[in-house]
Amino acid sequence: MVSIRKDFPILSRQVRGKPLVYLDNAATSQKPRAVIQALSEYYEQHNANVHRAVHTLGQEVTERYEEARQKVADFIGAPAEGIIFTRGTTEAINLVSYTWAEANISPGDEILTTPMEHHSNLLPWQRVAQARGASLKFIPMSPQGTLSLSALDTLLTERTKLVALTHMSNVLGAITPVKEIARRAHEKGALVLVDGAQSVPHIPVDVKDLDCDFLAFSGHKMLAPTGIGVLYVRPQVLETMEPFQLGGEMAREVWLDRATWNDLPIRFEAGTPNIAGAIALGVAVDYLRNLGMERVREHEIQLTGYALVRFQELPNTEVFGPWDTQQRGGIISFCHTGVHSHDLGTFLDHEGVAIRVGHHCAMPLMELLKVSATGRASFYIYNIKAEVDLLVETLQKAIRYFTPGPRRVARPTNS
Amino acid sequence: MNPGQDISQNLFEELDDLYQDLILDHYRRPRNQQQVADPDICAEGHNPFCGDRVALQIKLEDGRVTQVGLQSHGCSITQASASKMTELLKDKTLEETVILSKLFTAMMQGKKLTEEELERLGEMKAFSAVCKYPIRIKCAVLPWNTLEDGVKHYRSGQKHR
Repeated sequence: MVSIRKDFPILSRQVRGKPLVYLDNAATSQKPRAVIQALSEYYEQHNANVHRAVHTLGQEVTERYEEARQKVADFIGAPAEGIIFTRGTTEAINLVSYTWAEANISPGDEILTTPMEHHSNLLPWQRVAQARGASLKFIPMSPQGTLSLSALDTLLTERTKLVALTHMSNVLGAITPVKEIARRAHEKGALVLVDGAQSVPHIPVDVKDLDCDFLAFSGHKMLAPTGIGVLYVRPQVLETMEPFQLGGEMAREVWLDRATWNDLPIRFEAGTPNIAGAIALGVAVDYLRNLGMERVREHEIQLTGYALVRFQELPNTEVFGPWDTQQRGGIISFCHTGVHSHDLGTFLDHEGVAIRVGHHCAMPLMELLKVSATGRASFYIYNIKAEVDLLVETLQKAIRYFTPGPRRVARPTNS
Repeated sequence: MNPGQDISQNLFEELDDLYQDLILDHYRRPRNQQQVADPDICAEGHNPFCGDRVALQIKLEDGRVTQVGLQSHGCSITQASASKMTELLKDKTLEETVILSKLFTAMMQGKKLTEEELERLGEMKAFSAVCKYPIRIKCAVLPWNTLEDGVKHYRSGQKHR
């Protein structure tokens, strides 16, 4: 994977005079030149609005836009009519909460989720539960991110209408047994929504294999630009759903007092979509498929395993999440007992190392872990072992710098 | 790509500019950590984004601060700002504490203070580099915002909590 670093222009820039070491991939990934070029090529060569245009540009763009939809569909083993382009994971989950959930969740019903969700897969269900008189239930979990599947025996009932859960925790990196949970949810007649924001960019995902009803993910975490994301909906479910937003493109016939709706999935893409973003997402998918998602996964298992071992060298530092690299992605959250993660983050930044610090939009999980914030390093295809070394060594220096004692001792004597 | 190079002197110079000796000293040995009994002013501040927490009690005599108690939790900037603040508040009138708070906040917003204003802030000047780190400004001002909240409540006649 070392050779692909040259495909990412940003990796050759410096931060505070040091080579950039970008370890904040769970927040957003960097973009390969091919994706950046797809954006400029679109605006320089093709820019027009999609669908219905009779002119050449419009036809070219419609073709490319629909081609991108097909690429995304193939990437996750879905039919193209089940792929809705959204702004990102957040909009995708909100779409389901405002359409399917409004129509299918009744008073007394239950929505089942987990305590480790990103706020974007928690707040929409809090709202639905309150608005519809339903209740929100949580699958118990260990602090390492292992869900208690035995608890499903009692938690899953005929009242359960939806199970909404992450495929990979954005804090712990823990991969959840979606397939097993989906099977058991379906037995009770519940639908399953998977937050794939952290999984789809990093591990092979096939919606037929998972057998989920909804899958939401973001382009910007998988090499594509910001502002483009995907909601997959099982076509049989999508056919029953009322439109989300109303306006241009999503209607077939409109009268002064009524309208009929366009075909799927266009019915769910009111207004001019993020055409350039969708096309660039298609290019990002090409890039990932070229590498092979199995290889992407293998690379991250190697890097994460190496990092987990090296993190043990850090004094008074707790590392969260599963130890088995088969059960986790390339996300490592950690906490030092004496030094606040914001101070660690600032120190690392001075060495060009970008990590994330804070609650990672998972405040209930922070409470469960009994911390107010963690540091989080997260890897992608272009990260290398030397970067993990620099991360760990700089953290060691940071801990010495902030720990009581004569501070100047922390200064290296060699340069 | 050579990420393995040693930390240079320059790294520490820039860092030392932010993490002044005074800041690290107050972070490691925060002052006035005792709880003040029967306080006139009592306030708590919380920054949920990074989990910083500050609790403050103030005892007044003849309109001047005689005792300050502080319980803080969080990053070095919050803790040091809170600790140094408790020292600075002693013997000040409430009016003066609010002026200090406004001056400190102005310094954090990168506004140019006069020599006289900087003089009033005393050792709080050590925090001046924090304004170059936008995400850390809220850490530095949390104790001062907490103070202002407490003063406001006190003035509105609410000796609460």
